[in-house]
Amino acid sequence: MKKEAGISVLLVVLCAIVAIKNPRFLGAANLENMARLIGMFGIFSIGMGLVIITGGIDLSVGSVFALLGIVLTMMLREWHWFWAVAVLAVIAGTMALGWFHGLLITKARMQPFIVTLCGLLFYRGLARYIAHDETKGFINENFGPLRELATGSVLGLPMPFVLFLVTAVVMWIVLHRSVYGRYLFAVGRNEEAARYSGVNSRAIIASSYVVSGALAGIAGILIAFYTNSISPSTHGNFYELYGIAAAVLGGCSLRGGEGSILGIAIGTALLQVLQNLVNLLGIDSSLNFAVMGAVILIGVLADELLSARRQARKVLVAADAAKARPNPSD
Amino acid sequence: MNAPPLLELKGITKRFPGVLALHDVSLAVGQGEVVALIGENGAGKSTLMKILGGVHAADAGTIEFDGRPVTIRNVAEAIALGIGFIHQELNVLDNLDVAGNIFLGREPTWGGGLRLIRRQEMNRLAEPYLRRLGLEVSPRRSLRELSIAQQQMVEIAKALSQNARLLIMDEPTSCLTLSETDRLLAAIKDLRADGVSIIYITHRLGEVQQCADRVVALRDGRNVGSLEGDQIRHDAMVRLMVGRDLQNFYVHPKGAKKPGYFQVRRLRTRAHPRCRISFDAAAGEILGFAGLVGAGRSEMAQAVFGVDTPLEGEVLVEGKPVAIRSPREAMAHGIYLVPEDRRNTGLVTEMTVRENVTLPGLRRYATAGLIRRASEVQVAKRQCATLNVKTPSVEARALNLSGGNQQKLVLAKWLALEPRVLIFDEPTRGIDVGAKAEIYRLMRDLAENGVTLLMISSDMEEVLGVSDRVIVMHEGNIAGILERDQCREEAIMQLAVGKTAESASA
Repeated sequence: MKKEAGISVLLVVLCAIVAIKNPRFLGAANLENMARLIGMFGIFSIGMGLVIITGGIDLSVGSVFALLGIVLTMMLREWHWFWAVAVLAVIAGTMALGWFHGLLITKARMQPFIVTLCGLLFYRGLARYIAHDETKGFINENFGPLRELATGSVLGLPMPFVLFLVTAVVMWIVLHRSVYGRYLFAVGRNEEAARYSGVNSRAIIASSYVVSGALAGIAGILIAFYTNSISPSTHGNFYELYGIAAAVLGGCSLRGGEGSILGIAIGTALLQVLQNLVNLLGIDSSLNFAVMGAVILIGVLADELLSARRQARKVLVAADAAKARPNPSD
Repeated sequence: MNAPPLLELKGITKRFPGVLALHDVSLAVGQGEVVALIGENGAGKSTLMKILGGVHAADAGTIEFDGRPVTIRNVAEAIALGIGFIHQELNVLDNLDVAGNIFLGREPTWGGGLRLIRRQEMNRLAEPYLRRLGLEVSPRRSLRELSIAQQQMVEIAKALSQNARLLIMDEPTSCLTLSETDRLLAAIKDLRADGVSIIYITHRLGEVQQCADRVVALRDGRNVGSLEGDQIRHDAMVRLMVGRDLQNFYVHPKGAKKPGYFQVRRLRTRAHPRCRISFDAAAGEILGFAGLVGAGRSEMAQAVFGVDTPLEGEVLVEGKPVAIRSPREAMAHGIYLVPEDRRNTGLVTEMTVRENVTLPGLRRYATAGLIRRASEVQVAKRQCATLNVKTPSVEARALNLSGGNQQKLVLAKWLALEPRVLIFDEPTRGIDVGAKAEIYRLMRDLAENGVTLLMISSDMEEVLGVSDRVIVMHEGNIAGILERDQCREEAIMQLAVGKTAESASA
């Protein structure tokens, strides 16, 4: 909880600064747009968090977005598939890719970084080839509720944000209250020990990529309809890094075994506020990434320093407790 | 020793918060003398050595080296004085070669500021140290390709290359095979003849008898006496260490056994693909597995528990064959393993006591996949109470527990389920005497309740003191099975080194 508290403070402070400097920050239009983005990024960031908790990483998300975006436009506009069929096909497809990554990682014992790095390159290339490197779009057709899901609102809240809240609640229960969630943490902490306790470590790890794939599929469809046109060479570029950054800011350790849904959610929000801040404070938009990089660095560094201090204090407490024990540890 | 001692500790006292770790300990080591330092876990051996290594500063007392009083603030200063450390866990870099390890940080260089390494020169300089220790490997060999024993020799060579006049060896043989141990002891004799002094810390009293000129025993942070020459006998050392004669742990089983409850047939493991193991164990029996390190005992256990799928073979419980391809399947049949390495495989040490206890049977404490926290806490508390696991709370992380309590936690985890066959791999390694006795008692209780216990142990006292029968393994095969009345240290050793059952009993 301490990590979440720290980053929440950072989030509130940043919001306050931006709101004071530029009142437009709190304007309905700005808040709504930000919430929409938080929703879309949050959904796949949670999937990324799950993978990171198992000690893995998924670098292929951005390229998967490009590929699924292209394929989705083709399904809907060129092949005239019914929207629900297309949606299910896309989500099944991203889950299959996740399963394939998981298989390579758990069965072929390849490193997650390598597997998904190859995915990043491969899917981007495939997307460009299929689309003949041309931008594809949905023009202004609605395709059932799909456009509404990405761009509409319910009770004043943008639909993607609502979907994100639902996802977050469901995944919170899964991660923090279910047997599966406990297994994810156990496997991330120590795969061998988990296996010796009867946890099917490999299946759990592989499954995290499948879940992450499903969430990436959902987020990817929303993002495709949000942008409305998909340029295969740039669509979704760097999005995996937003996911990783959100998870890490939210307290996930790249060593695995640590993290929380709440943290990831706050991390996602923080990233979007930073994006927004660059616009609203009139900072040169080319500095966008520089600002984000600097803030993440400072945030994580501050957290390291604070936890080192906490650790030191804990050692002192433990030393006091040792007074009660008769034997020293040799 | 008429010459002044090389190292003299006088009145060393060290107090940790609330604990007197060392109390007025004096100790002298002469030139070319091998002093064995013995004592139970927690007696203060490591603390004393950490003071010599400058890790801790003594609260009182003086250290004299070579007749001069010295202060040691860190390991580098100790090394500069001529004190070398050979730790239980080796400090070698297995991605470097032998010479690279020996001269790490002191490489001969050329090229001025570029500091390029003179590889030829370094290899040439390394040779004499290797020869002196009888280590027949090229200085260019990667450490990764060497056995643990050879890596240890490289560490000793490194210490010698730093002109060490006193070597401190902390449990140097804990990971060595019998023949490797003999080679190390021979090397120690040679070093002594060259005038190198050695402090040899060990639990293995047989080795002390073989190599020590003098034995110093610590108990509760005090020097409780020393033995010299032919006073160095097993029983005398044990008396010094524990202050009493060793009690026999063995408890005769009361309940009736059910023979053939657990059977292993023609088990072939990856480690020893040419060997097939078959044995029976009764319900209510503690079946000991003795043998040298690498005899295939742990591999057998891991195959039975499904960690490594065996190449071939059958496991039967109550006469029914059971398919085991993973620990999960083994657990489904009530077969559990208390592994050798409790920190890396026995427990997820960064998780809490509660989470560790409930991990194997988590589904029992869950409804529709959601964990019922209350019943989880209840089980964890109950298990900690029954097994006397000392922890501030069930929410403490397992890594904060002492070794003995961690091992009890591993047991707590399994005993929350219903074990039918429980395999222990080195159940009490690195655990103090008190916790040991508790674990032995638990093992006997389990046996009385009809559980089959397989106990792999390299601790002869434990094998003899706990087992109802002993299977001795040698290079992947079962060398012999000894009934309780045949169990003697010599008989086991004979089989362990590869003598056949007939010649062992002859």
